Amino acid sequence: MSEYRLSDAELAAAFQQRVDEERKIEPKDWMPTAYRRSLVRQISQHAHSEVIGMQPEGNWITRAPTLKRKMILLAKVQDEAGHGLYLYSAAETLGVAREEMIEALHEGRAKYASIFNYPTLTWADVGVIGWLVDSAAIVNQISLQRTSYGPYSRAMIRICKEESFHQRQGFEMLMPLASGSPEQKAMAQDAMNRWWWPTLMMFGPHDAESVHSAQSMQWKIKRRSNDEMRQDFVDQAVPQAEHLGLAVPDPDLKWNAERGHYDFGAIDWDEFQAVIAGNGPCNRERLAAHSKAHREGEWVREALRAYEERKSAAGPGEEAVPPSAERLRIA
Amino acid sequence: MAEGMELPLYEVFVRSRRGLDHKHVGSLHAEDGPQALKFARDCYTRRGEGVSIWVVKSSDIVASQEEDAASFFDPSNDKPYRHATFYRLPPEVKNL
Repeated sequence: MSEYRLSDAELAAAFQQRVDEERKIEPKDWMPTAYRRSLVRQISQHAHSEVIGMQPEGNWITRAPTLKRKMILLAKVQDEAGHGLYLYSAAETLGVAREEMIEALHEGRAKYASIFNYPTLTWADVGVIGWLVDSAAIVNQISLQRTSYGPYSRAMIRICKEESFHQRQGFEMLMPLASGSPEQKAMAQDAMNRWWWPTLMMFGPHDAESVHSAQSMQWKIKRRSNDEMRQDFVDQAVPQAEHLGLAVPDPDLKWNAERGHYDFGAIDWDEFQAVIAGNGPCNRERLAAHSKAHREGEWVREALRAYEERKSAAGPGEEAVPPSAERLRIA
Repeated sequence: MAEGMELPLYEVFVRSRRGLDHKHVGSLHAEDGPQALKFARDCYTRRGEGVSIWVVKSSDIVASQEEDAASFFDPSNDKPYRHATFYRLPPEVKNL
């Protein structure tokens, strides 16, 4: 094994060169402490978002209007769990334990996407989340397929392959609602009105105000700016809304032929900051539900550990007696 | 859960169809091999991505170090005559 003989400055220069040449950084490579910290923050936050995101949609599984829609929603929510697991694994390659990340989430030190702190009041919300929220997530995740950290990039590639179904099922389920009875149409429009602005906030603060952006761009953790991605999202969502016959709740929205993009109104950043700070409509509920599920699963983890200990005590080659059989014999 | 109490880490390899190699797809925590296989199936093959899965404890993998690559792979880098393109043949000679 070689020992590092290079100074930190030389290592940092070699690291940046590798990044600039679009060669991926892999877990065992030297990396600046702040790069590692930044990645842990971003990947764990991304993982938490996938997992917390199961709650607003899971809310409607038992009340889906048809068996088909129920099966689709189950599959989608299961995907979100899978995406969380890919991302936790990617973060773990940086030397942080799963349990530490969960702890940071429960103690409020780690964040998750602010969008999931809004409630799903009607069935139409499920469609709008799939269509708008997942579309916004995809714009971001496509750019992250090119992120400089290998395990994160590979997780993103896998996620993007699966995510397209989420977006399409959302739009497809909104079609009959948006062209249905006046009540159904009003329900779809109401969901659109409530989710549009929080979805625009998902991309984060404007580039000029974004705390982590400049360094993350230099390290190519982040590949596109918040405002660029937000504009892309608006440009693709507006014609889709027109197709559905839903109005975008923004009086300032209009096509700008000169720019070749839609202009849109000002985002309410006070609301964004309030939700990030923990004061959105559902922050406490989301965290409480996650903590409760984690606490209530503790006995399973404990049983697994006890079984593992007994098995290793029994020595190699010998089968440990499963705890249930043991108990039967005692009885 | 206290530190060090996590379930062991397994690396997951999936063969997408017969005739192809198993390919590394990611990792997961499981109590033992059979459980790792089930978790791998649920997590990494939800859309028929595979016909076969290998799981192996991450701690059982012996890996070369990338920072040693220069010296470790050195013996194979200075033998260009191992490559077919090393040999210059007249263009009129066919099928070589």
